[in-house]
Amino acid sequence: MRSARKSSLRWSNWNLLLLVPLLMLITPWFNADEPRVLGLPFFYWYQFAFVPVGVLCVGLVYVKTKDRPAAVHGKPDRLGVDDLDEGAN
Amino acid sequence: MQWTELVVFSALFLLVTVLGFVAAKWQAGDTLEHLDEWGLGGRKFGSWITWFLVGGDLYTAYTFVAVPALVFGAGALGFYALPYTVVLYPLVFLPLVRMWSVSRVHGYVTPADFVRGRYGSHWLALIIAITGIIATMPYIALQLVGLEAVLRTMGLNGSGFLGHLPLFIAFVILALYTYQSGLRAPALIAFVKDTLIYLVILVAVIYLPSKFGGWSAIFDGAQARFEATPAKSDGILLNGNNQLQYATLALGSALALFLYPHSLTGILASRGRNVIKRNMVALPAYSLLLGLLAMLGFVAMSAGVKPITNQATGRPDTNTIVPVLFGQEFPSWFAGIAFAAIGIGALVPAAIMSIAAANLWTRNIYKEYLKKDATPAQEAKQAKLASLVVKFGAVAFIVFIDPQFSIDLQLIGGVMILQTLPAVAIALYTRWFHIWGLVAGWVVGMGWGMYLLYQIPSADGKRPHFGGSALALDKLSLLGWHPLAGSTVQIYVGVVAVAANLLVAVVVTLIARKLRVFNGTDQTKADDYHADEDSPNLRPAATH
Repeated sequence: MRSARKSSLRWSNWNLLLLVPLLMLITPWFNADEPRVLGLPFFYWYQFAFVPVGVLCVGLVYVKTKDRPAAVHGKPDRLGVDDLDEGAN
Repeated sequence: MQWTELVVFSALFLLVTVLGFVAAKWQAGDTLEHLDEWGLGGRKFGSWITWFLVGGDLYTAYTFVAVPALVFGAGALGFYALPYTVVLYPLVFLPLVRMWSVSRVHGYVTPADFVRGRYGSHWLALIIAITGIIATMPYIALQLVGLEAVLRTMGLNGSGFLGHLPLFIAFVILALYTYQSGLRAPALIAFVKDTLIYLVILVAVIYLPSKFGGWSAIFDGAQARFEATPAKSDGILLNGNNQLQYATLALGSALALFLYPHSLTGILASRGRNVIKRNMVALPAYSLLLGLLAMLGFVAMSAGVKPITNQATGRPDTNTIVPVLFGQEFPSWFAGIAFAAIGIGALVPAAIMSIAAANLWTRNIYKEYLKKDATPAQEAKQAKLASLVVKFGAVAFIVFIDPQFSIDLQLIGGVMILQTLPAVAIALYTRWFHIWGLVAGWVVGMGWGMYLLYQIPSADGKRPHFGGSALALDKLSLLGWHPLAGSTVQIYVGVVAVAANLLVAVVVTLIARKLRVFNGTDQTKADDYHADEDSPNLRPAATH
């Protein structure tokens, strides 16, 4: 069955970036009318600004944690999870 | 009757009907008589198709009419839809690829299939399946509310059964091509739907504000109107009482969304992990759109839009404000395109939701309890029939029962589906929770959540129960004990219920582990959660 050493998780510190967009849930930081941009109160444009922030964070995690079978070129990846984990981090 | 709008609407509706039927042949596999094909489009959709399909699935017609309607009525609170759909993708990015991999290796079609495999318990899977079906049904009905809002705005606003006839016809057509083509139908139609939606919203957001003196004047006017109303909770900003509600509603909705079976259907239909990951980066384009759309609620206030009175219920329907705004401010041919965008926007999610509910019925009830030896072809047949039943159930809901009932039920459905979080989402990472802990947590989260929702009166005070999802902490009660009596701060019921769910699950798990109660057999292996499209351990799609 499952051995204790064989973890089903592959962790990368880049994943921590996924927590950044959660900052937009702290409403006291942006629940204000001024300053306005293009007539939009701060409350609205601040949250719109988080759309690209979210995209950037998720995009970075995607690019930086692409499964790393880099050792194998031109062939489909046939390595086991443990072998792959050796290369990660 | 608005003839120009009707003609444009009908022409576009006809176009998607044709697409719906030809979709059966689109990228067809060897057979449609298999759930992998009918219910998941062959499990081979690439990045673009998935983007349109999932976008069309998550951002529904009801969202497009209800979010601006909420902003129109309550102001800033309705804008929660933006943070909801921004925090969504980072939250689900990692769990979704694991779900895809394990489902691809084992041929799972529904979230309950995964729970069945992970815990080896068909009872736990049954609970998840029933929760999914009950939460999805009112959601389908709400798509009809969105479609009907458009039809009534175009003048098809009859009373009684005749008033519902146009809706009925639209749904019969939808039911027929979904029956024939399965998930390929909404996937193909989604291209039309989303293109129209982007076109309409971008034109609306660029063109309309200038007609009313720019955004600054629109927001100032809205604030003046909110101040004139007796309600204290509205305004263009949040207040001390609804900030917690705003944040928890956004977070709770984000956690719940991919627990809905129909959201997962779109994910499982994709070809590989990278398709999903790319979509997590690209789908926020729809969030931007939704945020812009939400602000049309303020524009509607400036335009002095009056909601149309629904002749079937006799009440003004605020869900008509965006269609009315478009009808009032756009030339009729463009209003027709806008109405078609919303109307077709109802068809895509309604089709996917009925397929997802049909898959749950077939895999986790029919095959599990009624016909254990069902062949793949029999499963596909059963799912097709179930999708018809589900759709006509939804129509009956709207025609024979007050639409308000569907709105209440959808509210409840969100709280319900959130209770499957430990068994579905957390189980992707760990099997630490015990089956009995998960069941006990589900029972408590469900029961307490329903009880708390029952206690919430509507904002206008007209209905004493199920009036919303914002619970004043004062009303938070546990068997008569009010720990936060006197507080007027509001919170989203869903997160309260799921917190109780998790707490109970942890306690019961600890007890069950102490007593060494058998915790089912795990059919999944660690590697399964990382399998990708080129992995050797995949089951070929549509063969087993």
